[in-house]
Amino acid sequence: MTMPPPQAQTPPQAHQAPQQPQSQQQGWNGPVGQYASPIPVRTPGLGDAIASEWTKIRSVRSTMWTLGVMIVLLIGIGLLTAFAVSVSDAPMDDTPVLSLGFFGVLLGSICVITLGVLTIASEYGTGMIRTTLTACPSRARMLIAKSIVFFLLAFTITTVTTGVVGVLQTAMLDGATPDTGFWVRSTVGVGLYVATLGLLSLALGTVIRHSAGAITIMIAVVLLPLVLAMFMFSPTLAGVQEALFEYSIPNQLGAMYDTSVTVSGPTGWEPLWIILGVTAVAMAGAFASLDRRDV
Amino acid sequence: MIELDGLTKRFGNKVAVDHLSCRVSPGMVTGFLGPNGAGKSTTMRMMLDLDNPTSGTVRIDGRHYRDLQEPLKHIGALLDAKSMHGGRSAYNNLLCLAQSNRIPASRVSHVLDTVGLSAVAKKKSKGFSLGMGQRLGIAAALLGDPEILMFDEPVNGLDPEGIHWIRNLMKALAAEGRTIFVSSHLMSEMALTADHLIVIGQGKLLADTSMADFIRENSRSFVRMRSPEQERLRDLLHAEGVVAVESGNGSLEIDGEGPERLGELAGRNGIVLHELSAQRASLEEAFMQMTAGSVEYHAHSEREGAEPPPPVGPHWGDQWNQQQAGEATADVRTKGV
Repeated sequence: MTMPPPQAQTPPQAHQAPQQPQSQQQGWNGPVGQYASPIPVRTPGLGDAIASEWTKIRSVRSTMWTLGVMIVLLIGIGLLTAFAVSVSDAPMDDTPVLSLGFFGVLLGSICVITLGVLTIASEYGTGMIRTTLTACPSRARMLIAKSIVFFLLAFTITTVTTGVVGVLQTAMLDGATPDTGFWVRSTVGVGLYVATLGLLSLALGTVIRHSAGAITIMIAVVLLPLVLAMFMFSPTLAGVQEALFEYSIPNQLGAMYDTSVTVSGPTGWEPLWIILGVTAVAMAGAFASLDRRDV
Repeated sequence: MIELDGLTKRFGNKVAVDHLSCRVSPGMVTGFLGPNGAGKSTTMRMMLDLDNPTSGTVRIDGRHYRDLQEPLKHIGALLDAKSMHGGRSAYNNLLCLAQSNRIPASRVSHVLDTVGLSAVAKKKSKGFSLGMGQRLGIAAALLGDPEILMFDEPVNGLDPEGIHWIRNLMKALAAEGRTIFVSSHLMSEMALTADHLIVIGQGKLLADTSMADFIRENSRSFVRMRSPEQERLRDLLHAEGVVAVESGNGSLEIDGEGPERLGELAGRNGIVLHELSAQRASLEEAFMQMTAGSVEYHAHSEREGAEPPPPVGPHWGDQWNQQQAGEATADVRTKGV
């Protein structure tokens, strides 16, 4: 307030421009002798934390790699399956054309999981987390800003790519024209689902604090239920086997495309609500861990 | 201004910081000294709210760290050089910090210039040498032009020119009225930069004193004399009422007398001297003496006799002195009669 704006604009000399009036005051009036910076003090908020996290996520290679590989996987596998179906002359019947995007998204989700974990765990790996939390002592603000930036980025990339793949696939194959609801669910819906899965990884990365460990656990979470269910031949375990099939992440992702392998279990938008609930709980756990533990 | 009040940190059964209470005042460089493992870094992490104290509080300008709205404008810290993401450029590493505190981006270029890293601003910090990493960390600390600066072992990895630079930087920052808190395990380094000293050992406060007082109390000056006629020299000094102490390597150490008088004394009595030198015990020795009982990790020497530093300071030759004092009074009495 006391600083004139022009002076505030010019970068001050860090250690060459002593504040003369202050150094004169020093010594006879207690804390008045303290240094006062000419940089304007503007209380930062969540928006500033988001700007900071955006700078972080766009300035590391891993973001480009994981999202780049995901785009390649989605488009590549989407086109390959469409091509395979078109040359095989297999009857499409009632299988919706857009559901062919499922295979690419299933593989691509691994990339989003990796990025989600790296967004926070790499800070622990490099020691950057200490600098980050020194600059932003509010752990909630830091975690929310990271989550928002990561979620919006993962959602945008996934939705746009699944949209492009969907358009290409419908152009290549003469199936039944999908209705608008299905279009939205297989692009925006799948984008939300995959980005939320990434958010779950970010929460896990916050608790585990170790990139490789958290990524491995997340891949296990995606694949293990399906693998376990495959080996449950015993009739006494039939109920467990079915639940594992129904609620395994690949099957739920398939349900968003109307191609789940089970007849019962979540359908339509239901998988999204389930993963949102799970992620909300994981995020609460991540915040509690971040807030209480030493860095 | 940083105030610590009964700060304690326990890791399981191990007490890393033990009821530490002190205050770091503005306008001077306060040295935070202790052997490796004394709890210096833990204390600094607690000051920055990275570690939660088991008990006790830290106040930065009267407030808890987490209540600071724009912490980088209050306090800048260099914890260790590896607190940056190596895959990010120096500029971007600082930019994300600046943004989180609403510091104008122009400050980033400015502090990079201050520490001499402008030329490598766009390079990934992964490829930086230890010294460059240290400079980047210092740039991060200066980013908010803060009133308090905290440096954990800042000269580590710096070349002589860099060490000189950081010494002058700290002094200049303190002269502007800032609070400078710098940790080190090197007394010699502190003697050159610090105005005030806080010494800890095994988490406990050992000393909280001004540098000048510390030097006055702990730097002992004495004269060393060596002669092939050691016994005669000793008797002569004794007869003159000069207290001489036999040191380990066969020489005599004399407190409170100048080399001039001692040399003349020996000359008058025809005693051959092989050495007559004025000595000054280093502050390093005083520091090691002070913390000798609280060094966490001793290197074990194979050789017997390669023991801790020569005993100097308050306990030096106490017993012998007392004995001599007794004899001296007896002498006086005899003379008086």
